[in-house]
Amino acid sequence: MNALITISLLALFILYLGLFKAYKALLPVTLLGLAGAFALAVSEWNSFPTPIFSNMMLFDNFAIAFSGITIFTTFLVLLLSKGYFERISSNVAEYYALILFALAGIVLMVSYHNLSMLFIGIEIMSVSLYILAGIKKRDFSSNEAALKYFLMGAFSTGFLLFGVALLYGASGSFDLEGIRNYIVSTPKPSALLYTGIILILIGLCFKVGAAPFHFWTPDVYEGSPSLITAFMSTVVKTAGFAAFLRIMLNCFAPKQEFWIPVLVTIAALSLLIGNVTAVYQQHFKRMLAYSSISHAGYMLFCVIALDGSSDNALFVYAASYSVASIIAFGVLIILQRQTGNDSFDSFNGLSKKNPFLAFTLTIAMLSLAGIPLTAGFVGKFMMFTRTLATYHTYLVVFAVVNAVIAIFYYFRVIVAMYFKPEERTELIVPAYYKIVLAFSAVATILMGIYPHFIAGLI
Amino acid sequence: MEILLLIFLPLAGALIASLFGKSRNAKIVAFIWSLLSLGVSVYLLSVFNPDSVAPQFEYDYPWFLEFGIRFQAGIDGISMLLVLLTNGLIPLIILSSFKHDYKNPGAFYGLILFMQSGLLLVFTALDGFLFYLGWEAALIPIYFICGIWGGENRIRVNMKFFIYTVFGSLIMLLAIIYMAYHTPGQSFGLQAFYNASISPTAQGWVFLAFFLAFAIKMPVFPFHTWQPDTYTEAPTTGTMLLAGIMLKMGVYGAIRWLIPVVPLGYNQWGPWVLMLSIVGIVYASIIAFTQKDIKRLIAYSSIAHVGLIAAGVFVWNVQSLQGAMIQMINHGINVFALFFVADIITRRLETRDSSKMGGIASVSPQLAITFLVVILGTIALPLTNGFIGEYLLLLGLSQYNLYASVIAGLTIIFGAVYMLRMYQRIMLGETNELTLTFKDIDGTEKLVLGIVCVLIIVIGVYPNPILHISEAAVKTLVQTVEARINGLSTTF
Repeated sequence: MNALITISLLALFILYLGLFKAYKALLPVTLLGLAGAFALAVSEWNSFPTPIFSNMMLFDNFAIAFSGITIFTTFLVLLLSKGYFERISSNVAEYYALILFALAGIVLMVSYHNLSMLFIGIEIMSVSLYILAGIKKRDFSSNEAALKYFLMGAFSTGFLLFGVALLYGASGSFDLEGIRNYIVSTPKPSALLYTGIILILIGLCFKVGAAPFHFWTPDVYEGSPSLITAFMSTVVKTAGFAAFLRIMLNCFAPKQEFWIPVLVTIAALSLLIGNVTAVYQQHFKRMLAYSSISHAGYMLFCVIALDGSSDNALFVYAASYSVASIIAFGVLIILQRQTGNDSFDSFNGLSKKNPFLAFTLTIAMLSLAGIPLTAGFVGKFMMFTRTLATYHTYLVVFAVVNAVIAIFYYFRVIVAMYFKPEERTELIVPAYYKIVLAFSAVATILMGIYPHFIAGLI
Repeated sequence: MEILLLIFLPLAGALIASLFGKSRNAKIVAFIWSLLSLGVSVYLLSVFNPDSVAPQFEYDYPWFLEFGIRFQAGIDGISMLLVLLTNGLIPLIILSSFKHDYKNPGAFYGLILFMQSGLLLVFTALDGFLFYLGWEAALIPIYFICGIWGGENRIRVNMKFFIYTVFGSLIMLLAIIYMAYHTPGQSFGLQAFYNASISPTAQGWVFLAFFLAFAIKMPVFPFHTWQPDTYTEAPTTGTMLLAGIMLKMGVYGAIRWLIPVVPLGYNQWGPWVLMLSIVGIVYASIIAFTQKDIKRLIAYSSIAHVGLIAAGVFVWNVQSLQGAMIQMINHGINVFALFFVADIITRRLETRDSSKMGGIASVSPQLAITFLVVILGTIALPLTNGFIGEYLLLLGLSQYNLYASVIAGLTIIFGAVYMLRMYQRIMLGETNELTLTFKDIDGTEKLVLGIVCVLIIVIGVYPNPILHISEAAVKTLVQTVEARINGLSTTF
């Protein structure tokens, strides 16, 4: 709870700093504030067993874990932002403030106990992101991304809101527990409930970019500034899934037999569409966009195999996916800035001139592909294990086939960097990037070889 | 604790070697380090009690208990032989690469040592998850070795190899997870796997899933299509690692993690697998006849020889398994030596086409003698190492089915024909312009081939110590599986 307040106040404070043109202080103050918010969030571990603010929010360990990971990832993303926004325009303070507002919305999304809070959280986050996607004002694809994101986002929020309204119609409550009690106590719930569940599912699948509601992701991810894409595909995705899992776990769990077939289909489609389309991409950033769809499919596994440790599985997967993506986007930003190109060919021979970049990116790709000794493998392992335990064997076999397809495109980068020698100039890697990349690579390996310290957290 | 030293010593060596970067000293450091590993395993052998069937030097640490995973490793007779093979062959492989100047040697030798750690983990793991981890940890370095230092077609070939093996191992991972969920305490431990009771149908599926991974690795016909290309395109050192040690992961996996884990699955599918192995022997031998590229010829001959080992494993009796164990060692030594000779020749002549060669024996007598010894070992002449292994394998096969052993026995005749023909083409006949200036072996080449020849003859004359190491473990394993097939089929 304190973390949420800190982040909101911090965003306002940053706006004032911008007003007084203290540009040099923006990044340090933001980072310091986030570190404080992170510490506050962690310090509340195990301390709020009951809902607060008239049952609006519940800062249980689930909320704290996901607030922690999203704040932390934002911290890493912002470390990459040094000197980034200045190149785009002079309204730097607003960008930092918008990211912080989005983060505040995200903390709401992972700690809601009332559907209205879910809606407010999603809106706070989304509105900030619509603007952030379009901050490159003179760039057509950035404008396209912002507009597409806004239209699709508004559309999906409509579905979500409609679903919430129908649920209210059926159960007479916005409260997670109230709705759950209604579902448990009514043997034959009204059709409004089922329609409501489906609409909420659709709305959330839009938000997390799962197929067949994924059409906005490639263009938005590609058009947005790379740093914002990094934020969207790590923090926002994690938050979307945390919100998803929270409602499924706390509210709709008793009606599993109704929605699990729907989600199995969605997960399978996401895996297939994301992976197969990613194979045909020629550009790294667009490949990451499609691969993020397939990762949405894997993350849905934790909802399909719903039980008390779903949150752990999602947490590990989200953490591994986030750190690996940060490496990928960090390298992408450096590459784009210095070569103006992000096709796979532009990675040729990178290992010669920038062994550090090549090595960290290799670890990230191995992790995203789910190769053992990296965090990504532990995430996939947990998902597979739990899904097999609930007898969705076909889905897991299908996922394995897809994991093999994924190797094609993730390894293209490794092949280009190591196996295709080519003369090139050395890329300059700023110190901040070195820290973030090295940290993320070490974290990926650590989570891969000693998963115990993260897997049993929640 | 000794076992941790055994597994992680090469890993430390990998880090140290990689620090040497572009310096030539990396190979010397890697060689010394691999001798250290060999020293550790010789020490372990000296205190190893071959008559005890339980895993020795066992180490057990609760590693990832949320999922019932422990860091559990130990060595019994079967593991011991493979550990010895790994740690004995790696110094030779490194030594054999001394004449090459691989670019970026720090990374090259670092990857070899990294791979050694993965292999040792596979051969000592007593936990399914750990086994899988080692399985993949051995794969990643060889992927980079083949991809960075390989031939012209390396990228395409390497991708095929990697996709093949990863697909197999992911399916195996599912089987491992499935097994773990059907053990009483949801544990990944090997003993828990052995004690799990699963219905025969499910065992059939688990068998197939494990088998796919092992069959791709060995490789068994028809999962072999990656192998000749990869062996040809990989740098010779990589080929030696793949053929000499890595394919034994598949055989070892079948002995340790396949048949004893799902005996009823083995009961259903064993005959089919046996048939595949025997078909593979004949098929690969026939293709080997027509090969002019010496590296490809050795690759196909390797499929044939491993087919015989696989057939021996899947008839599952004491003789055939003992034969498989010793033949794994022999095949490792022989195929390494064959690839080394091929490397010596191609390095000098800059071609792999045997039809362009001839008469090398007259200009380099030392190579001629050592190469002949290696060939004789490969075609299993009595008093060379190949003989005892193939004899035991065929004996075991004949107890199961006489026809199977006759067809599999063709491998010896076929092998003799294509191997000797290769020798004739390369070494005998008239020297031509290309081979006239052929330089005889020297320095490290002489040393390596000398060691190999001594090993071939010593094992051939006196194989008992090696057979004794694995005997007790093999016997118990065979008995348990038979008891479980008989016992379980009545309970279901």
